[in-house]
Amino acid sequence: MVVEGSVPIAVFRTDAGEVFATADTCTHEKWSLGEDGDLEGDEIVCPLHMARFDLRTGRALCLPAMVALQTYQVEVVEGRIYVVE
Amino acid sequence: MTVVIVGASVAGLRTAQALRMQAYEGDIVLVGEELHPPYDKPPLSKASLLDGLPVPLLDEQSLEALGVHLRLGVRATALDAVAGVVTLSDGDQLSYSDLVIATGVTPRSLPGDSPPAGVHVIRTADDAHALHHAMRRHPRVVVIGAGFIGAEFAWAARKAGCPVTLVEVQPVPMAHLLGPEVGGALASLHEEYGAQLLTGTSVDRLEASADGHVNAVVLADGRRLDAELVVVGIGARPATDWLATSGLPIADGVECDDALRVVGYDHIWAAGDVAAWPHPVYGRLRVEHWTNANEHAGIVAAGIAGKPAPAAQPPYVWSDQYGHRIQIVGLPVRGSLVATFGTVDDHLLAVYADTDGIVVGGVIVDDPRTMMAVRKAIVRRAPADDLVAALRPASAV
Repeated sequence: MVVEGSVPIAVFRTDAGEVFATADTCTHEKWSLGEDGDLEGDEIVCPLHMARFDLRTGRALCLPAMVALQTYQVEVVEGRIYVVE
Repeated sequence: MTVVIVGASVAGLRTAQALRMQAYEGDIVLVGEELHPPYDKPPLSKASLLDGLPVPLLDEQSLEALGVHLRLGVRATALDAVAGVVTLSDGDQLSYSDLVIATGVTPRSLPGDSPPAGVHVIRTADDAHALHHAMRRHPRVVVIGAGFIGAEFAWAARKAGCPVTLVEVQPVPMAHLLGPEVGGALASLHEEYGAQLLTGTSVDRLEASADGHVNAVVLADGRRLDAELVVVGIGARPATDWLATSGLPIADGVECDDALRVVGYDHIWAAGDVAAWPHPVYGRLRVEHWTNANEHAGIVAAGIAGKPAPAAQPPYVWSDQYGHRIQIVGLPVRGSLVATFGTVDDHLLAVYADTDGIVVGGVIVDDPRTMMAVRKAIVRRAPADDLVAALRPASAV
């Protein structure tokens, strides 16, 4: 899902149940990762050009992405997800 | 240590980038036959037709930071694979420790002598620039070949206010890749947006006026189409002429192993459109897609750096036509159509499966999220029934 704000933030829950938050916009070309991106384990794949990022570190894992994705600390408290800026 | 990369388009430049991402610190020489700094290819049949400008693959600063020796405006003319030397069109000779062949493909032209003025292909920034200017005079346009390039150009020409006729040799465009039902659905966009589509007919000849400019396309069935601008989009062949005397294994492209190393040569690699290789899922493939060039770059760079290669991905290509984004994932041609939903104007989804009912490909219009679900099903080799039930529960029986 995507949380709007000064910077749109994408929040992901992986198959293993872990929650991650990153910048929502792919660093290669403007597209929402939270709306349309696909989770593969701890990696998010952009649906436009197949750029791939590590959700834990934000690292760009393959071309065409070169620039890391901003990641945010997440806290889950009583079923609510807090993104710490 | 010197890596020489021949070809400065997507596969070539991305290989240089991927080498640096692998912390390769040796010299990189990037040879490109055009004078433009490396630019992206998909926009040539899209945005570049509208503004006449190439889209750089890297901004000036990032290109500088990459630290490559750019040799632009020269071609590689020969390879001595024993001595490890590439000869350039200006007579220079480059020695390499590793060579990357990324020369791409050359568009097919119509048979016969050199064409009259006003007949174009779309392969380079100069091609797109010339077409951009030609369209400003609102010429009568004939597009030969209604594949993706032809269709994208037809849209640009309609936007520019030109009358457009497309000529396609197959009874239905794209039918050899997508089948007649889906090919026909996509092709219906032409008529919807005012371009005329003539199918099942080929071109007999081009006619020119006294000043040497094209003025008509004559079809094999005798019809004569007035034409002031002709675009030929009838496919391409691997650009391997310069390797003719090299001894490298060349058939349809340069033959590579699963690491994209040229078969029989430890330090010669190929990437992008020119490379034929055994894909771990699909077997022998040569793919002319933008994402394939990016993926090959990563695999070749890992090979040169002695690092583990990233996993091969299913083929993926997109096309922008008449305001719609068409996405094709997997290889529909390896299966048959098992389900379609929607229309080309309303989120068309077509699923292809092999004889075991396993998803092998999909065509998706304006719905990237669904495309990613189809892609996942392909990677997991999921049954088409399960995919369809998950995507379109209301339609499932």
